Amino acid sequence: MSSDDWMRPSPRLRVARHVEAGAVTIVLLAVAGAILAFSSVTNGAVAAAIAIAAGALLDVMLQRRVGSWGYLEREDDLLIRRGLLVRRLSVVPYGRMQFIDVTAGPVERSFRLATVRLHTAAAASDARIPGLATEEAARLRDRLAALGEAHAAGL
Amino acid sequence: MTDRDRWHRLHPLSPAVPTGRLVLAFAVIFLPSFAGGGGGAWDAAGHLAALLALVGLGFVSWLVTRWRVEGGDLRIETGLIRRSSQRFPLSQVQAIDTVRPGLARLFGLAELRLRMGGSGGAARLAYLPVAQAEALRARLLALSRGSHEDTPEPEDRPLVRVPVGRVAGSLLLSAPVLVLVVYAAVLAGVELEGGSARAVAGLALPILLGDAVAIWRRFNRAYGATIAAAPEGLRFRSGLVETNAETIPEGRVQAVQLVEPILWRPFGWCRVNVDVAGRVRDRGDERRDERELRSVLPVGTRAEAEALVELLVPGAPAPGRRPPRRARWKSPLRYRRLAFDYDARYAVTTAGRLGRIQVWVPLTKVQSLRRIEGPVQRLLRVATVHVDTAGKRVDAALRDVDGEDSLRDVERLTELARAARRS
Repeated sequence: MSSDDWMRPSPRLRVARHVEAGAVTIVLLAVAGAILAFSSVTNGAVAAAIAIAAGALLDVMLQRRVGSWGYLEREDDLLIRRGLLVRRLSVVPYGRMQFIDVTAGPVERSFRLATVRLHTAAAASDARIPGLATEEAARLRDRLAALGEAHAAGL
Repeated sequence: MTDRDRWHRLHPLSPAVPTGRLVLAFAVIFLPSFAGGGGGAWDAAGHLAALLALVGLGFVSWLVTRWRVEGGDLRIETGLIRRSSQRFPLSQVQAIDTVRPGLARLFGLAELRLRMGGSGGAARLAYLPVAQAEALRARLLALSRGSHEDTPEPEDRPLVRVPVGRVAGSLLLSAPVLVLVVYAAVLAGVELEGGSARAVAGLALPILLGDAVAIWRRFNRAYGATIAAAPEGLRFRSGLVETNAETIPEGRVQAVQLVEPILWRPFGWCRVNVDVAGRVRDRGDERRDERELRSVLPVGTRAEAEALVELLVPGAPAPGRRPPRRARWKSPLRYRRLAFDYDARYAVTTAGRLGRIQVWVPLTKVQSLRRIEGPVQRLLRVATVHVDTAGKRVDAALRDVDGEDSLRDVERLTELARAARRS
């Protein structure tokens, strides 16, 4: 399991997360603006400072989270790792995959990204890879589907 | 085409069972108000109309429901406005239950319930005449095993019978009864302090009712529990008013759990649960017992439980490995209980803060493996390895394994599970 074999989400996911953090910051700044308009200037300034600090913190956290995602296609199973505070590593054998979802929310879609989600018969196995370029997501889906068929096992 | 392969209807009295239950509930709720002279003729007419509507609906639903066995599938067609035609492949049956609520027993009826793997849910045939239900059960079991459908059902060999006294005793030492005791103590305290116990009693009435129902269900569920070994798997029977007979075919067990609640410790009693495949689905008509884990041995002695576990997971290893001492800081209460191990066929873990919970998982059933390392665990250089199966509730987790070892364990378990799957 050497670290350089791991595949990572698309670099565009970082941009998407920057945009998300930016959007949250703008909402917070709007609240600060309202405080500025209806309360004193000092209160408004403090609120704005807090908003910017919170936005920056969120941005740093989201970026580090993006950096923690990784997946590795091995001969018989797929490894997925994620998380910084709570680190998770999932091993999903190809033979146990029941179906594969490819989904894309509005933000993901505007960056031509998609999330691949693997489902096994166990509700607990939570295996997804967010922020894959759409071509890579399609490739992974097809490959996993083919591998799943080749390895299929019953319950 | 033989006679038994054609479309069948359920028993005509089927709608009477759920309706009868409702009527009883109505009677219990509204009789006091009738007796009290409250409510005029209009009220009575309203109730009667509601009752008639219920009976009518039940009759229509009976009229439009039919079933047949066809080419290895059980087909059920139902629905008046929105027709639904369901097909249940018998090769995926995980367990077959015969459920007989009190009223159904009065009418000589039984419900047949097939639990399916995956997200297939359950097939319900409610209700059939008992003899027909028994015959159909044997036939479906034979079909699910792929053997000839006319194979006579072999005799089963009884293994364990839980005495009623033990059921009652175990129930006295369970959470719902404790709630009652605490409640009574509070009431007594209030009365002693000069307060009005009646006001407090009224406040907690809904909780008490729920509690009483929970106690009754547990008692009914555990009453007369027997376990028998049959060639097609294990058979579990129980019930005082609503009886339940369940067959779990061999090789369908996803996980086995042995629970020793702390209150039962002085008597050495324990409970054995079995998890089979099938996802919990949120549906209106889903019955309560679909949602909870099946206790195959509601309360047994240590020896009985161990014998049963040996039958379910023969030759499983003892949980010999322990987490490192530094894990005490993260799990101070359960540290002394934590243990785990695995061999080529089974993974076994123990945990529990007050009582003790031991879990066995056949490696052939492993769906995925997860290693989770929380912040405190990272500080202590330990991690938890979860062994996921298609069961509903039981989670086998090798808790607080030494960090380096846990990575090796994930690799090792992955390989062992793969080998087990292929063999």
